[in-house]
Amino acid sequence: MSEPIVELKSAVKEYVNGSLRVTALRGIDLRIDRGEYAVIMGASGSGKSTLLNLLGCLDHLTSGNYLLGGEDISNLTDDELSEIRSRRLGFIFQSYNLIPQLNVLENIEVPLFYQGIPESAARVTAERLAKRMGLSSRLRHKPMELSGGQQQRVAIARSLVCDPLLMLADEPTGNLDSKTGHEILELIDELHAEGKTIVMVTHDDDIAHRAQRVVRFMDGEIISNVWNGEAKA
Amino acid sequence: MRPERMVKLAVKNLSQYKLRAGLTMLGIIFGVCSVVAMLSVGEGANLEIQEKIQRMGSQNILIRSVKVPSDEDGGRGGRPLIAAYGLTYEDEADLSRFVPNLVAKTPIKRLRYDVRFKERRLQTDVVATTPWYLRVQNYRMVRGRFFSSADMEFGTPVCVIGTRLARMLFAGFDPIGQTMTIDSEAYTVVGIVGDIAQSELTVSNELWLEGENQAVYIPLRTYVQKRGDLFIQLSEGSGTFEKIELHELILTIDEQENVVQAVDATRRVLRENHKKEDYSIIVPLELIRQARETRRLFNIVLGSIAAISLIVGGIGIMNIMLATVSERTREIGIRRALGARRRDIVLQFLMETLILSISGGVIGLVFGAIIPMVITASTNVKTVLTFPAFAVAFTVSVTVSVVFGIYPARRAALMDPIDALRHE
Repeated sequence: MSEPIVELKSAVKEYVNGSLRVTALRGIDLRIDRGEYAVIMGASGSGKSTLLNLLGCLDHLTSGNYLLGGEDISNLTDDELSEIRSRRLGFIFQSYNLIPQLNVLENIEVPLFYQGIPESAARVTAERLAKRMGLSSRLRHKPMELSGGQQQRVAIARSLVCDPLLMLADEPTGNLDSKTGHEILELIDELHAEGKTIVMVTHDDDIAHRAQRVVRFMDGEIISNVWNGEAKA
Repeated sequence: MRPERMVKLAVKNLSQYKLRAGLTMLGIIFGVCSVVAMLSVGEGANLEIQEKIQRMGSQNILIRSVKVPSDEDGGRGGRPLIAAYGLTYEDEADLSRFVPNLVAKTPIKRLRYDVRFKERRLQTDVVATTPWYLRVQNYRMVRGRFFSSADMEFGTPVCVIGTRLARMLFAGFDPIGQTMTIDSEAYTVVGIVGDIAQSELTVSNELWLEGENQAVYIPLRTYVQKRGDLFIQLSEGSGTFEKIELHELILTIDEQENVVQAVDATRRVLRENHKKEDYSIIVPLELIRQARETRRLFNIVLGSIAAISLIVGGIGIMNIMLATVSERTREIGIRRALGARRRDIVLQFLMETLILSISGGVIGLVFGAIIPMVITASTNVKTVLTFPAFAVAFTVSVTVSVVFGIYPARRAALMDPIDALRHE
């Protein structure tokens, strides 16, 4: 439990919005170890989405360092970040973000496509994951023909396709009814149990209870960092 | 990433918007199609002109007799009994003396008479000339021989007939050795001559079945000995007498570069000999130059039209691709989040543009090939499909569309993935 997957050191993120300078992260330090299941909470505008984008290598830090799996990626080029996204990260979004014209298998294969993995090999992996997510009978369906829960399962399968170092989930149950949401959360628990490192953004306290660790944000700063209900500085 | 997977992806994406893809292609289709069609019509016209001029020969100078209204006689109301005009034997002699670098001169009388073989008769052109005529006109003998200088010398009554006349007048007979009458004078057929297009045909024996040459050729000397230079034409009851020594005179110069000088000399001689300008000088070389100039102008006009239509097609593509990119912003965000590099996004959209333009180009070429054929079939206008026309239209259209596709593709690639993901 001591190998760090994510290490943020005095991470600062500022946006320039016209003449206005907005500071979204005010120099935070955060370490997430392998196999951890961390939930990030906070009001909107607290900086949690910014954090998730940074962790997902979709954005650059203004200052500070971000180490992913021990590698400093603060100064990588756009292409290098793209490569990291396709090989080491798995994204699960609130609105699933499936590509509408692709069917279930093709959607799952997208990250492998950009890794340059041959179609036949990608197909095998995609089929295995789709089956695991209980989508065996839906392999050739388009996202529009699936229920919300099924779509999110496709998205989870897609996030697993590269066997990611870190899984990032942004309110994965936000668009689902409570029963389906519960199923998805159980799936995520299952992945955690298998040893995946998961960071999830949510504002639902019930969901936060399932996680091992809760990080609370306010105004771009971490205001609490709790393990198993017990505070730790 | 392998190109065939990019192609597959692009085809898949395009098939999502079939109508849109089709409409976009339409711009390219029309562009390519019109360029190819115009070029082939232009090329056909050009070829026809070139062929005609070539037949006259670039080393030749053609002088023709022209009837001019005789003002001093006609002014008093009385018609002269004999209208004498045109080129004379004296002109011929003077020209051969004063025109430099002259290789040969071909005097020609062009007449129209009834010709008869057995009970068949028809009216046709009779050309009385010298043996050199065959060479000057670049005609090919199909059978037999042309009349010789010996025929000229002795004024033998022989004639050579055109292929079409051979078919019409001698159907069922071998014309060689037969006797036919030209305005009731008997002539022996010694050969059949084709027109120039025929020389391209290779089938040996029945060659004369093709070809449109309907004239009869006789030795000039023979004709003059029989008839003299007075040509009597009966029209609408009242006869007119015309005295024309030569209807046409073709001067052949040794080299093309000496033609201009020879033309000047010719003008000088004729101006001296004739009070009125009852002749016209045609210089095929000048015509060739003019044709080239016209051709150049035509090409410029055509090129502009083609450029405009292709640019319009390109703008159409850009327009559609921009719409597609903004419509698929979310997809771009997703792909970027899942590991697509900017380059991958650029390639994805460029590939779609490329496929649109290539398929549009191919369809355009097909229609561009069909239209000239339809034109030729329905209007008898000659058209020529040339490979350069195809190649130019196709490559230009594809290049233009790709160039116009770069901007939308780059715009897609430069989008911020976070914003793109948030896009509704």
